[in-house]
Amino acid sequence: MKKILLAVALCLGIAGVLAADNPVQLNAAGATFPYPIYSKWFDEYHKLHPEIQINYQSIGSGGGIRQLIAKTVDFGASDGPMTDQQLQQAGFKILHFPTVLGAAVPSYNVPGAPDSLKFTQKALAGIYLGTITKWNDPEIANANPGVNLPANDIVVVHRSDGSGTTYIWTDFLAKVSDEWKNKVGTNTSVNWPVGLGGKGNEGVSGLIKQTPNSIGYIELIYAIQNNIPYGAVQNAAGTFVKASLAGVSEAAAGAAKNMPDDFRVSITNAPGKTAYPISSFTWLLIPAQIQDAGKRDIIKGFLKWMLTDGQGYCEGLYYGKLPKPVVDKEMKAISLIE
Amino acid sequence: MEATSTTVGPAGTGWHPQALVRRLRDGDAIAHTVTLLFAATILLITTTLVFQLWIHSAPSRAKFGWDFLHTSTWDPVFDNYGALPFLYGTLVTTLVSLLIAVPLGLGAAIFLSELAPPKLSAGLSYLIDLLAAVPSVIYGLLAIFTLVPLMSTTVEPFLKKTLGDLPFFKGPTYGVGFLTAGLVLSVMIVPFIVSVSREVLLAVPADQREAALSLGATRWETTWKVVVPYARSGIMGSVFLSMARALGETMAVTMVIGNTPQISASLFSPGYTIAAVIANEFTEATGDMYLSALIELGLVLFLLTFILNGVAQLMIMLSERRGGGGQRG
Repeated sequence: MKKILLAVALCLGIAGVLAADNPVQLNAAGATFPYPIYSKWFDEYHKLHPEIQINYQSIGSGGGIRQLIAKTVDFGASDGPMTDQQLQQAGFKILHFPTVLGAAVPSYNVPGAPDSLKFTQKALAGIYLGTITKWNDPEIANANPGVNLPANDIVVVHRSDGSGTTYIWTDFLAKVSDEWKNKVGTNTSVNWPVGLGGKGNEGVSGLIKQTPNSIGYIELIYAIQNNIPYGAVQNAAGTFVKASLAGVSEAAAGAAKNMPDDFRVSITNAPGKTAYPISSFTWLLIPAQIQDAGKRDIIKGFLKWMLTDGQGYCEGLYYGKLPKPVVDKEMKAISLIE
Repeated sequence: MEATSTTVGPAGTGWHPQALVRRLRDGDAIAHTVTLLFAATILLITTTLVFQLWIHSAPSRAKFGWDFLHTSTWDPVFDNYGALPFLYGTLVTTLVSLLIAVPLGLGAAIFLSELAPPKLSAGLSYLIDLLAAVPSVIYGLLAIFTLVPLMSTTVEPFLKKTLGDLPFFKGPTYGVGFLTAGLVLSVMIVPFIVSVSREVLLAVPADQREAALSLGATRWETTWKVVVPYARSGIMGSVFLSMARALGETMAVTMVIGNTPQISASLFSPGYTIAAVIANEFTEATGDMYLSALIELGLVLFLLTFILNGVAQLMIMLSERRGGGGQRG
């Protein structure tokens, strides 16, 4: 009898607590790359507005897009913009909002090579196509005068799992090499002509560390946080740029002039003297029409916060901030949500 | 007493209310129904699983048909998919792991059941059982940090030097590849072979051993020619159980196999298995055709395991018919 009373009291208590707070809960799902900063943002936003709770699941860009189209989440997130086919499949209008910037850097393990090898665009494309097979190939050697590159075979490493980093890397290669564009293409997962596959940034950097004469690509954030040396890449202006948060934002600013209104743009190989060529946005996917007025206001409020105060958290977590022209454009686009 | 004995009759008789109530109050009928329900549920879950795999792989099956099983491309950009490199990788890694694990496991089981002192046998068996409890991700991590460098710097060059003429040991030695994956898998499946075989060998009746010894056989001859053949079906069962585990192993394999969809005779070359590619690419698969191709791969793996297990059961049945395993009164 006492146990029953205790159970009932407990239930009423829980119900009371739940009823008292009555927070609004939004569900989101998608990209894994920006998960650290998204979870920081949603947490900070909840502290500012305790009645709002946004629940984000990093199930991958593909999953995020699928869940959004199936309407099981309120908004999604993706490392690559949705294709025309996917937008058509959705049946309802979806808006893209870039949130932060990321970059892919070439990391290598060549005995005797300096910390910042320079790679031309043709060199990277040739290495990944398998047409450049030795480290002392003229394409690499000419960009690095004075460096004694060995005549060893290049071991190429890429990501085995589908990822936004692969998307950025292949997007860049498709822009600088027609052969890559026609033969391989751009996607989170591609049919690599050569190379070993490592799972995640950890897999790729692990393989690079253990395999002499190897080269692979990893996320800038991962390289910075783990003190992994990486090389410089030649950008569209011809300068060899070593990736940095500033260079990444510069790329976005350079691309901002010709940015389409729906923000579905690739900013790899962007113009600008100090722009880092292998950068990319990551997007939040918001339905253009939200029936629930409460949820609509919350989402709009969050987006405004994200574009202003939220950007302040980027540096601490090694994400590139959105440049001012892009922020301004996005602020205007928020009014499209109705 | 009387009442209960008359209610347990053939089905279809006694649908009168009193007989029914009597049957229900009888514990046997309830136990029968409940356990039947459980068995049916498991069958239902499996059938639903296959059904779902079949339905969701429909776009890919419609597009590729039987070509899926013998095409080698895996191109998510141009939506061109083929399962052959993954099938090859799955079968090769499983074969390599069995080739290593079966002699090792059987030898260990024979030692533990026949030749070791009982206390040592119990202690070692416990430790080997613990091996089976280690999660596969741990094996994968251990393999990347310790096994892969060992393979690339010591083992593979040694094999290349001594056996380099065989097509199995040619090519660059990255450390990751079919051989390393097979090795990791063998470590993971050895505990099953050892524990089940040991149990089966211990269960061989003493009079079989005594009969052999009384006819003048040595200890080893008894073990190898009498005891092991008697326990043949149990040992084969354990081998096929391990094979099923090796076919589906995902995390440990994807960390050490190099994740390259290619077919190569050399064991040093990197490869890919069905389970590994599904684990790697499923979450980010955006296109419908891409997703359905991955699901079709899952269906292929399921059918492969099903067929291999069927063959296994057949082989066990045939070996039992040939003798051993309690057939002789």
